Amino acid sequence: MTTPTLTKPSGHHSPQTHGRTSTLTGTRALAKLAARRDRIMLVAWIYVLTALVAGTAYSFKKLFPTPAGRAEFALSAGHNPALLSLYGPLYGNSIGSLTAWRYGGFAALGAGIMSIFIVIRHTRADEETGRLELVGSTVVGRNAALTAALLIAFGANVGLAVLITAGLTLLGLPAAGTISLALAIAGSGLVFTAVAAVCAQVAATARAARGLALAVIGVTYLLRAIGDSSGPHGPRSLSWLSPIGWAELIRSFGAIRWWVLALPLVVAAIVAAAAALLAVRRDYDAGMLPQRPGRPAARASLRSPFALAWRLQMGSLIAWVIGALIWGVIVGSAAKGIGGLLGSSQIRHIIVQLGGKSALTNAYLAAIMGFNGLIAAGFAVSAVLRLRSEETSGHADPVLATTASRVRWGLSHLVIALVGTTLILVLAGLAAGLGFALRSGGTREIGPLIVAGLGQLPAALVMGGIAAAFFGLFPEVSVGVAWSALGLAVLILFLGASLKLSHWFLDISPFQHLPKLPGGMVTAAPLIWLSVIALVLGVAGLIGLRRRDIA
Amino acid sequence: MSNAIDVAGLRKSYGKVTALDGLDLGVATGEVHGFLGPNGAGKTTTIRILLGLLRADGGTARLLGGDPWNDATTLHRRLAYVPGDVNLWPNFTGGEVIDLLGRLRGGLDEKRRAGLLERFELNPTIKARAYSKGNRQKVALIAALASDVELLMLDEPTAGLDPLMESVFRSCVEEERKSGRTVLLSSHILSEVEALCDRVTIIRSGRTVESGSLADLRHLTRTSISAELSAPPVGLDQLPGIHDLDIEGLRITCEIDTDQLDGLLRRLTDVGVRSLTSQPPTLEELFLRHYSGDDTGGAYRDQAAPDHAANPSGARA
Repeated sequence: MTTPTLTKPSGHHSPQTHGRTSTLTGTRALAKLAARRDRIMLVAWIYVLTALVAGTAYSFKKLFPTPAGRAEFALSAGHNPALLSLYGPLYGNSIGSLTAWRYGGFAALGAGIMSIFIVIRHTRADEETGRLELVGSTVVGRNAALTAALLIAFGANVGLAVLITAGLTLLGLPAAGTISLALAIAGSGLVFTAVAAVCAQVAATARAARGLALAVIGVTYLLRAIGDSSGPHGPRSLSWLSPIGWAELIRSFGAIRWWVLALPLVVAAIVAAAAALLAVRRDYDAGMLPQRPGRPAARASLRSPFALAWRLQMGSLIAWVIGALIWGVIVGSAAKGIGGLLGSSQIRHIIVQLGGKSALTNAYLAAIMGFNGLIAAGFAVSAVLRLRSEETSGHADPVLATTASRVRWGLSHLVIALVGTTLILVLAGLAAGLGFALRSGGTREIGPLIVAGLGQLPAALVMGGIAAAFFGLFPEVSVGVAWSALGLAVLILFLGASLKLSHWFLDISPFQHLPKLPGGMVTAAPLIWLSVIALVLGVAGLIGLRRRDIA
Repeated sequence: MSNAIDVAGLRKSYGKVTALDGLDLGVATGEVHGFLGPNGAGKTTTIRILLGLLRADGGTARLLGGDPWNDATTLHRRLAYVPGDVNLWPNFTGGEVIDLLGRLRGGLDEKRRAGLLERFELNPTIKARAYSKGNRQKVALIAALASDVELLMLDEPTAGLDPLMESVFRSCVEEERKSGRTVLLSSHILSEVEALCDRVTIIRSGRTVESGSLADLRHLTRTSISAELSAPPVGLDQLPGIHDLDIEGLRITCEIDTDQLDGLLRRLTDVGVRSLTSQPPTLEELFLRHYSGDDTGGAYRDQAAPDHAANPSGARA
């Protein structure tokens, strides 16, 4: 046929399209399927990230109604190395500037994490479970699954940008700044979409791919933390190496540098192209990293349900501990600089808003300990829910068909959750103390910070207990409920006070009942109550597990 | 204690879906018992109830003289289980899984482990994620066979094995039988069941439809007969148990209920037989009869008839 084919093929029955396939054939169908599977998770991510940004803008509006108040605050906050390393540089003193400063970087981080979860879920995770093999045997191109995952993540980031724009516009923020901030956040999401796509090719398991991508995001956050907090003679350019740094360097609501938006777009395109190149070069279900032969026999110690649980969770616990140590050192070393802000009356408000109460350094550290509690709770929930994934993947069947009783099997993972959560809190506190000592030369905060870290334990365990109770009693909904409960606690901690929500609502979160340590008054009652609640939840979970069917 | 497994009237439903609807299963100690049924008949559900992974809604189940739900942990010391769909921890090697499961069961025989690895040609240093389905199956089989237990519960254990490994598996089960262990073998491979099992239970839609030795069950089926006679036969269609009778001059073909075979042969020899081909019932026919058709017993017969009529030429050839 030599007829020029400038006309579009007309509908499904066109002989021109019939039988023509490419490596992208089937992408649309896969993307539809992925969107359907993700509909709840995507909405939740976008909603939470939008709520964080818009809620912050709203609370700044209430906190600093006058330009004079904002100017005073901006003068002190914008030059404080502690806050610079946490939040990034501050450009200007409008509501928008403060919002972009306070949550622009965090939202960029959040968009990145969201994108990583989406991409890995629809590429390596599906490949590992064999779902993709089934789909791949149909009329589906080699690159279709990867492209579909990228499309969904792209769509999620666009949706996020649109919602943030809408939210901030409703609050009356200027259009240019709003759009530049929204696009910068989505840009970070796109970069990590592409990074996750590469990780999904390199690592052979979803767990490893996710870990690798999250490690990359951690390093980029660290780069910008160091770059932003260093003086004029320090390594300031490090921030330019970080996609999260770009979200700040665009100077939304200041003298906007629109060209910075090109950075994430170009990098995302190049990295995504690299992922596509890797994808066609490797075998199905294989990674890029070499597979070494393992041990022909198990270690002598691998002989109990507990040893098995430890072996299964050790890797992720080590990753959480390393993350907690790095985070602890960063925030601890930043604490020293907080003292420089004592002159500002408004900074008190922002710290109070974070949940602290007494002296400024202590208030800052107490707020950080609140974060630590949530981080440790994140581990607690994921460690407990490992039981559920062991059950649904069929790994639990052969174990429970041995002399390992259900209670012993369940308890092993609960013990790991307990020990790991404690370890993370202690080490994060210790790291914060050491970080503080690095800057100030004094080791006096190490002890109190370890104690403060431990103070978060009962509340973190309650979150793990919720996961355990639902796993035992209502296993089908346990994953959703446990993570939603933690998400609610996060929202309450970050936004509860500033949104002036009712006490009744705030009190849902176990973290609201903890003493503000270091510096605050310790009352034993809430600690005991929370511990008892965690224990009861855990026991309820085990009883439920003993009585129900194994999926 | 004569029976290793005693199940009567077992019921289990998942919401509105009924998986088991009054299932009976008896496995005598020391026998290899075939457990047959089409997909979704309830084989795996039965085995998982016997393992105490699921709780039955009704009926009774006894396992090695104990209660599968309440005494699960103590009973599990005396049995080994190979799931139909073997899922292993992706970053464990095969060797690690074998050791772990063996130890959790109360120890395994190192010598047997080494011997089985060799016979099944399994490389124990490979991570489970890199194993094929057949190799994952081998891991579970070796872990079960290397344990010193009284009862083996095998849920379609050869589904992923190649013919060579299947024969290794058969000789292993043969050895188990000789050493007095009881085996419950759920399977779809009829030749395997015919070769290994002393008795079989056939289930369908959560109910037992047939149970007994293979010889017993054969009696329930029909034998295909084709013969050339010396004179035209008379009154054959009046014989009890005769089906699909086809007379062409001196040639006849028919199906006869196996327990009525005697009567037919008597009648034929009365007329005079020049040649005779008799095709004994295969387990496959037994299977097809029970698997196809509706729930009522009468329907099996009607459904099975066309199958037999479809290939009488196969019987003659």
